[in-house]
Amino acid sequence: MTEIPEHLRKRAEEARAKAAGTKGDSSSSPESDTPVASGEVSSTDEKIPAHLLDRGKAASDQPAPVESSDPGLGTGPDGNTQRLLAVVKSGSIQDTKATPIDKVHVWPHLLVIEFLAALGITLFTLLFSIFVNAPLLELADFNKTPNPSKAPWYFLGLQELLTMFHPMVAGVTIPGMGLILLVMAPYMDKNPSRKPEDRKFAISLWTVHLMFWAVLVMIGSFFRGPGFNFVFPWDAGLFFEL
Amino acid sequence: MSEENGKKPAGQALQERLGQAGDRMQDSQAWASIFRPGSIFRKGYSDSPRNRSYVIMNSVMYHLHPVKVKRHAVKVSYTLCLGGLSFFLFILLTVTGIFLMFFYRPTAAQAWDDIQILQTAVGFGLLVRNMHRWAAHLMVLTVFLHMARVFYHGAYKPPREFNWVIGVMLLQLTLLLSFTGYLLPWDQLALWAVTVGTNMMGFTPVFGEQVRFVLLGGVEIGTDTLLRWYVLHVLMLPFVIVIFMAIHFWRVRKDGGISGPL
Repeated sequence: MTEIPEHLRKRAEEARAKAAGTKGDSSSSPESDTPVASGEVSSTDEKIPAHLLDRGKAASDQPAPVESSDPGLGTGPDGNTQRLLAVVKSGSIQDTKATPIDKVHVWPHLLVIEFLAALGITLFTLLFSIFVNAPLLELADFNKTPNPSKAPWYFLGLQELLTMFHPMVAGVTIPGMGLILLVMAPYMDKNPSRKPEDRKFAISLWTVHLMFWAVLVMIGSFFRGPGFNFVFPWDAGLFFEL
Repeated sequence: MSEENGKKPAGQALQERLGQAGDRMQDSQAWASIFRPGSIFRKGYSDSPRNRSYVIMNSVMYHLHPVKVKRHAVKVSYTLCLGGLSFFLFILLTVTGIFLMFFYRPTAAQAWDDIQILQTAVGFGLLVRNMHRWAAHLMVLTVFLHMARVFYHGAYKPPREFNWVIGVMLLQLTLLLSFTGYLLPWDQLALWAVTVGTNMMGFTPVFGEQVRFVLLGGVEIGTDTLLRWYVLHVLMLPFVIVIFMAIHFWRVRKDGGISGPL
């Protein structure tokens, strides 16, 4: 059994005494008001936090049911009274979520979408593969350098840079720095907002970055002919294999 | 119509017997041992919230998905399925790649002939090689677009910073897988594309020559390069990328699912 705290027991005893005392005389109840209403802090009350004390004070300012003329209203059969000890605010014990998260079952809602997406991409690959063959040129020959020689399309941006910079800059420094920046992006971007209107700079920078590589890859793929010279595909034809 | 003698039409009778056989199969101990409670293939499956939870919780899918996700997370217009498609293309590439491995020997003397024979004499050989090639290009594209999408949504912001880093690793591994596969047909396109690519890596400062030597297995591209890139392509890089994917998917869940609506 937990022991009843000293100050609560004391308060209950006072209340009981007051209830017994007010049976005959309702106006004279000196001890009932002393601990809280007078504002004096007795030695037992020091354990009670100040804000709870204030709350108790506010409660005792209300006309107590005991002080109403009917003596039986606030008094139990044994002379005990019910008192409001504290008000527990909602949320202080039970963390009620203000807005519950709207959730759906993964089966069927998500799995059906995933299944359809997988089916779609399989179908697309299958149909594309039926109609378009993967390239297989003649056997590799070290003595016959094709003109132009091109890297796979995703490296053509780098190959395009080779025409402008020293190979070390184009092949190592620029892609290396790009990768480091890419990895560091979440640690450099201190803006906590995810809203597009709050991150105009980040979005502009990213779009410029994407466009930079996209343009380089397109030039490398479609606008470079023999000798890796600039050509127009509608004039000179396409020098591009996937 | 033909029910004069109380006989059912043949089609209906067959359907009934098949139904009974199906029930008996679902009742068997073997069936119940394969499909755990809540499986849609188990007898008596009904669509209820409890069973919807069991479908995930009691199956291998629980390694990938939680029982429930935010309603926002199933909006196709938000993710465009790009991450999932990249993963699925990886599976498709593994399946088609295993098929190709049965018919391919990674030596300079045999590689090109093997592809030629695969395309002309092996059933579905040409189709499967086409699918492997196009799916590979598609995967580079979907991984790239997935990254672009994630940036535009600011989904790399806390607590998802590290998963972005893993994602950048996955992009590089995807490019490396594609590039190592590029050499394997051993045709003019493969040889010279790889020559251009590896020449660039030779310009790495200080130890550029060494990098190139390790990559090529010699000073020149040759049959040693082919073997080296083959092992990288079919074994080492897939092994590494699977580990990174496992961490990537696990972190998606630990970081609270995909990023919320903007």
